Amino acid sequence: MGGAGSAKSPLTWAVHLSVLLLVVLWTLPTAGLFISSFRDKDQLAISGWWTALAGSTQNLQARTGTSDDQVERDGVFILEGNVFGEGSGTVSAFGTSGLNPTEYEPGAEAELREGGVLTVAEDGAYAITSQSELDLPRGARIFFTTTIPPRFTLDNYREVLASEGIGRSFINSLTVTIPATIIPILIAAFAAYALAWMKFPGRALLIAVIVGLLVVPLQMSLIPLLRMYNGIGAFFGVPAKTYLGIWLAHTGFGLPLAVYLLRNYIAGLPREIMESARVDGASDFEIFMKIVLPLSFPALASFAIFQFLWTWNDLLVAMVFLGAQDSELVLTGRLVNLLGSRGGNWEILTASAFITILVPLAVFFTLQRYLVRGLLAGSVKGG
Amino acid sequence: MEQLAGALVTVVIGVLGCAAYFFGSNFLLDAAFPSRGRDPLTAARNMRRANAIRPWLFLGPALLVLGIYLVYPVFESLRLSLHDRSGRNFVGLSNYVWMANNPGFRESMFNNMLWLLFVPALSTFLGLVIAALTDRIWWGNIAKSLIFMPMAISFVGASVIWKFIYDYRAAGSEQIGILNAIVVYFGGEPQAWITIPFWNNFFLMIILVWIQTGFAMVILSAALRGIPDETIEAAVIDGANGFQIFFKIMIPQIWGTIAVVWTTITILVLKVFDIVLAMTNGQWNTQVLANLMFDWMFRGGGDFGRGAAIAMVIMVLVIPIMVWNIRRASAEMEGR
Repeated sequence: MGGAGSAKSPLTWAVHLSVLLLVVLWTLPTAGLFISSFRDKDQLAISGWWTALAGSTQNLQARTGTSDDQVERDGVFILEGNVFGEGSGTVSAFGTSGLNPTEYEPGAEAELREGGVLTVAEDGAYAITSQSELDLPRGARIFFTTTIPPRFTLDNYREVLASEGIGRSFINSLTVTIPATIIPILIAAFAAYALAWMKFPGRALLIAVIVGLLVVPLQMSLIPLLRMYNGIGAFFGVPAKTYLGIWLAHTGFGLPLAVYLLRNYIAGLPREIMESARVDGASDFEIFMKIVLPLSFPALASFAIFQFLWTWNDLLVAMVFLGAQDSELVLTGRLVNLLGSRGGNWEILTASAFITILVPLAVFFTLQRYLVRGLLAGSVKGG
Repeated sequence: MEQLAGALVTVVIGVLGCAAYFFGSNFLLDAAFPSRGRDPLTAARNMRRANAIRPWLFLGPALLVLGIYLVYPVFESLRLSLHDRSGRNFVGLSNYVWMANNPGFRESMFNNMLWLLFVPALSTFLGLVIAALTDRIWWGNIAKSLIFMPMAISFVGASVIWKFIYDYRAAGSEQIGILNAIVVYFGGEPQAWITIPFWNNFFLMIILVWIQTGFAMVILSAALRGIPDETIEAAVIDGANGFQIFFKIMIPQIWGTIAVVWTTITILVLKVFDIVLAMTNGQWNTQVLANLMFDWMFRGGGDFGRGAAIAMVIMVLVIPIMVWNIRRASAEMEGR
């Protein structure tokens, strides 16, 4: 393939550009979420995340001092101050009525209804001047537009972890995923060895059944298992929705792929190793524990990553087999709930979503090699 | 934290339990049929017997779990689909008759067909194009890694990401969803994208395409690299140009892989649930089978008959692919 190499023909540039475009298209959505989750929530609500560095314009209002603060200079009554109070900023427009808050440019003179002339300078300093004594017992209102500098903060994360239950759900997700990843590996490895290296009647049929089970939709299992769990719960007087239940469910649903992947891998191990071990008097159990298991590490890692991603990202199984109470929600379930209850609060949604995808992304980037290998072994098994 | 510790303890107990089972059952088997230190005839007979039983010890737990969690439910779902909502009274085919006349089901069926038509095709096509393009450039692996990344993101997480993109604010106010911002920038009217019937299906599909393209790309890229160089060199000598080589030499050689990718995504599409639940929950004519089934499973205390009937429909749609997979796997095994 790679003959195009150094010759920078127009076609090569086109390839570079189109790949760049595709990469941008594919990463932009996640980048938007990531950037937004760190933005100040007031800025997030009124401006797009692509303007995050530009600062945002905001319409604010301030109240001037009261008539008590006025001073008389050369027969003119003056009331001075700054719209930003103690702070600082830049005013890009101001107005005297809420209906038209951007009526005047900074430095322009505005007639006040209460009497007097108001000017607001760019730095926020205002002055009301009048020939007669000002009568502003509660001060005058000034509407102004200001550009606030971009603010990045961890507040959103603090909020979702503390008060939206994301922290709790994070632990729940871990509780579900760790056993649900490890248990099927144990069970599948033994079965895979038997299917790969032991001779017994019905082996080919069993393999065919497992290949068939690979694609059985989860939906088939939901209702019968829910009934079964409810039945067991009622019969023994225990809760029907338990972590044990969901671990076993994930084990069952992940098992066909585990057996299939591991069998393919184990069947590809060199026959000579097994045979020489057998000649030395090793039993099947010893061969499995001492030779097959250590050699199968790459396949075990591949499946573990699949199963981890799948159980961590699963929503359906958790919704059916784990309770919907606040204390039992996993991250995906919590996120769906937040989408319903906090649909417009993007600061909460973006931060929560980022926490839920953080762990899978970390796994993905550190262990990508095994993931790719597993995918290839699972789908394009070339003899 | 306590709970996490509980989970870890369970893992340890589970691992030890499994080890104890496999070790113990093997030990018992060897004790029952000793082959060491016996006369050759008995030893040979015992060894044969032990070796006939041992595979089933290794397979036992897996077969048990598969049986309970996948095989039994298939038959039980079939049975339940012929029963009423409680699963006690036989009602014949009336759940299926109800389904055929139910507008919600028809809508789901129609939408599922749209998904089946577009998502596998688009993902596979984009995956193939990206695989072919990234193989030609030095930073191809970085590009692939980034395009592959959405694969790790949950459907719910992806839904939040895309809901943010489709976010809608009334015309005149500042748009914070990038799609509407672009539309407004070019002088268009902002739209509430996910509420526009029919087209909103496509806005949901894009999410799955975004996730699955990376998968297609990874597998097709490996297949493209596996093409023997000689075939391409021969084509170059014969004067074929880049496009001819790609479409006439390379594509025909990876048809098998394309079919695998296509069917894998098809299976996934049939089960699509999270995205629809999170984005619209089936409103604005976006219902799909899996979400409809979930709905009936819990609606008003749960109608297990109708839920199971909908699940059966998904199963029936999967069967052709299942048969094809089994045939392919069997052929492969014979070639071994």
